[in-house]
Amino acid sequence: MAVEKKKKVLSAEAVKEELLKKYPPKVARKRDKQIHITGEEDSSEIMANVRTIPGIITMRGCTYAGCKGVILGPTRDIVNITHGPIGCGFYSWLTRRNQTKAPSATDENFMPYAFSTDMQDEDIIFGGEKKLEQACLEAYELFKPKAMAIFATCPVGLIGDDVHAVARKMKEKLGINVFAFSCEGYKGVSQSAGHHIANNQIFTHVVGENDTVKMGEYKINVLGEYNIGGDAFEIERILEKCGITMVSTFSGNSTYEQFATAHTADLNTVMCHRSINYVAEMMETKYGIPWIKINFIGAEATAKSLRKIAQYFGDKKLIDRVEEVIAEEMPQVQAVLDEVFPFTKGKTAMLFVGGSRAHHYQELFNEMGMRTLSAGYEFGHRDDYEGRHVIPDIKVDADSRNIEELEVTPDTARFSPRKSVEQLMRLEAEGLKFKDYEGMMPEMDKGSIVIDDLNQYEADKLVELMKPDIFCAGIKEKFSIQKMGVPMKQLHSYDYGGPYAGFKGACNFYKEIKRMVTSKVWSGMKAPWEENPELSATYVWE
Amino acid sequence: MLLRHTPTEIKERSALSINPAKTCQPIGAMYAGLGIHGCLPHSHGSQGCCAYHRSTLTRHYKEPVSAATSSFTEGASVFGGQANLLQAIDNIFTVYEPEVIAVHTTCLSETIGDDLKQIVDKAQKEGKIPTGKNVVYASTPSYVGSHVTGFSNMVKGTVNVLAESTGKKNHKVNIIPGWVEPSDMEELKRICAMVGVPIIMLPDTSGVLNGPMTGTYEMFPKGGTTVAEIKSTGDSMGTLALGEWCSADAARTLDTKFKVPCRVLDIPIGIKATDRFVDALRIAGGTSVPETVAFERGQMLDMMADYHQYFFGKKVALVGDPDQLIAMTEFLLTLDMKPVHIVTGTPGKKFEARITELCKEKGYEPNVRAHGDMFLLHQWMKNDPVDLIMGNSYCKYIARDEDLPFVRFGFPILDRPGHQYFASVGYRGGMRLMEKMLGVLLDRKDRDSPEETFELVL
Ligand code: SF4
Ligand code: SF4
Repeated sequence: MAVEKKKKVLSAEAVKEELLKKYPPKVARKRDKQIHITGEEDSSEIMANVRTIPGIITMRGCTYAGCKGVILGPTRDIVNITHGPIGCGFYSWLTRRNQTKAPSATDENFMPYAFSTDMQDEDIIFGGEKKLEQACLEAYELFKPKAMAIFATCPVGLIGDDVHAVARKMKEKLGINVFAFSCEGYKGVSQSAGHHIANNQIFTHVVGENDTVKMGEYKINVLGEYNIGGDAFEIERILEKCGITMVSTFSGNSTYEQFATAHTADLNTVMCHRSINYVAEMMETKYGIPWIKINFIGAEATAKSLRKIAQYFGDKKLIDRVEEVIAEEMPQVQAVLDEVFPFTKGKTAMLFVGGSRAHHYQELFNEMGMRTLSAGYEFGHRDDYEGRHVIPDIKVDADSRNIEELEVTPDTARFSPRKSVEQLMRLEAEGLKFKDYEGMMPEMDKGSIVIDDLNQYEADKLVELMKPDIFCAGIKEKFSIQKMGVPMKQLHSYDYGGPYAGFKGACNFYKEIKRMVTSKVWSGMKAPWEENPELSATYVWE
Repeated sequence: MLLRHTPTEIKERSALSINPAKTCQPIGAMYAGLGIHGCLPHSHGSQGCCAYHRSTLTRHYKEPVSAATSSFTEGASVFGGQANLLQAIDNIFTVYEPEVIAVHTTCLSETIGDDLKQIVDKAQKEGKIPTGKNVVYASTPSYVGSHVTGFSNMVKGTVNVLAESTGKKNHKVNIIPGWVEPSDMEELKRICAMVGVPIIMLPDTSGVLNGPMTGTYEMFPKGGTTVAEIKSTGDSMGTLALGEWCSADAARTLDTKFKVPCRVLDIPIGIKATDRFVDALRIAGGTSVPETVAFERGQMLDMMADYHQYFFGKKVALVGDPDQLIAMTEFLLTLDMKPVHIVTGTPGKKFEARITELCKEKGYEPNVRAHGDMFLLHQWMKNDPVDLIMGNSYCKYIARDEDLPFVRFGFPILDRPGHQYFASVGYRGGMRLMEKMLGVLLDRKDRDSPEETFELVL
């Protein structure tokens, strides 16, 4: 059998040069700043969260997708009405694999439904507010939800429909919470703006609405976890096992009630830094809840995150319980790892997703002995790459200025610091870092290629030049990569698989990656007659 | 119950669409563009629409779907998108080197009133379109029509820009296949070859969206209608347009502009529509139908007769696109099945009239709605249950709740493969459809049979 010829190994610099070669000079100059090679004592900047270049086949989506799809999508008991022509509502209908589990068959679950005002020509010409009002009424009549949300799409912003006014009117009329999002697709430069708009509105209109305190000794919120492929179910299982109470998740498998009582938790844990770090910040200012960065992707990462939570509460009972749980769970993880490691060790990966996943999944690959050659975010900001310390230096450009920043002050009735300044300082001294995220780049090997807003041309080129053993991105990228004979794992939607979070998730992922990097499919690219096309003189069996 | 909030009682809604049975124009335009050889579709608007359209097409076809976008941000939305499109055209030709760019608008660029013709002319003047390369375009606002309309508009836009008449006939027949699968286009070409009629098929996504794996990625695979062919459509002997909604406009454009006579037929799904297609083809091409085609027809008829008893009287709920539903309804009726609830999201009163007329021959009046949604379909089904549901993947929620046999048909099919490779049109396609329907109906019978009646033979 023919042995697959490995490409000769190019240096990261040479790869970068290759990527830039084909661009017109102006485009090349911009991309140059968005492609970064990690080095020793790396303190240089990467350009991120800037406009995509017209005509370049980007991986990004839009603000509406970030708002409706990512943040509000996984919430089951809010009726989400898309105000606009039909497409936007249609595409965000069940396409993110957010799973949810209503407690009983009669409990609310609106997730399998898509609601839209299906704007027509005349609504664009004469305005769509009346139709939107009517749609709210009809939705209420049919479903009697506890809350409704309205999402503005591109044309709505242009014709000037006031979605917030309609929401206020409906709130009054129906006596339920109705709120709206100005998440028109053209705002901002990526989904990230949509996360921000969504979170701000939830924070303004829902968080703090219900002061009922849940039973439980150690109460936390899990922020930035979206229950793709059932991740949240596994995280909930582990937390419960440890005796930690989840007050809310933002927003995997979440409910209105969870958001409304989120301010009663004693600690915020942040998974996806990009999509939600500001909510953690605001909750700290307004209610006095400290936050830490955690990560439940990867078994070691999960163990580390649980220990951090236990350390925060500082209770021996919890600390012991967490160790027990880890001790109980780890052997199974180790068993699977032992099985896959010989097959995955030394293999290479590339990761281009979202605004934290491209970092988190590196932990899983590390556990399998795999190196991430190149990674980047679809809509990260500089702090997601370089760490939070750069936040004060980030220049706010015109596109970001459109995204409302909330002025938050301590809530007169509800602010109560969960830990005293001394306690926090002591914990810091013990190594527990608050409000901190070091970003993706410091954790990557030197000489890795970090690329912001990767596009299709560069993706295909990277694969061609570096032949990774596996490539991770989204559905749009999947099949061009596979045509080149490289297995491609979707990390937005998991290809119908998952969960990959927590201990059980890690096992699933190990097995999945082993399956992919050892598959025989990829070696069948050439038929026997192509391997050896020259016919010798004999034409018959002899 | 996944759709547990869907009540039996039906109230007319005037503003709220729930679980739509259509989507927006640009995705259709993008699909049509992919059927042109060496073409990169381009979405003129903000990048979210393009991402959504690419994702949905990719999920349906399980193939790379490349398309560029003008990536509007707030500025472009205020000042117009001309600068973005000019820059995009330049970048696209430099980086991706397509033969053709097929530009369509989105709600956003339509609402601000960008004029594609004017911008493309400007690009031409400024030398942004290299010699020998082309930019075609279509206006596709999503607040009019549906994805089907967008498809139709892009096909029309393409012939509008490219087709020409040299005064010399090319002795070919144009086939405008409508929004069908690449497998269907392949099958139509096979039938035309059997009947011996030289054709130009536009668009043609076979080989593009059901391509092979070779170890290299070709951004522009071998398939697709070439620019030379599209130009030549103005010289053809005639046009067969399959589907009033998808294909008629382009055919009529060729007729008006170049006097290429056209006939609008149904998409050849089912025996009757296929018969009409083959007959029209033979007449247009001046050939006779060979034995091979008659043989396939006979096989289909044989299968229809053999399994008639399992289809007979079965009530069906249908959702999808107008051209496909019309042909499918007729097919089901020839099998003596009863499509009782039929919904399309695409507006057009003619649809309701045509379906009603088809069922009238069978002596009943179906529930039919154009510009309807799947919520309504489901409510109808609750009031008058059916034996089978056929439609896109979103039907699986209804099928599960109502515990129904389900055949995936139409767009988008997100959760099963096959449609890209195995046709539904023609006699063979009809046989495949019957196989699928029979499979789910008999699986259900087997599942529900008590042990004493669970038997081996048919
Ligand atoms: S804004 Fe318009 S074109 Fe874009 S996805 Fe929505 S409906 Fe479709
Ligand atoms: S960045 Fe990633 S984890 Fe964060 S919201 Fe997006 S897809 Fe999710």
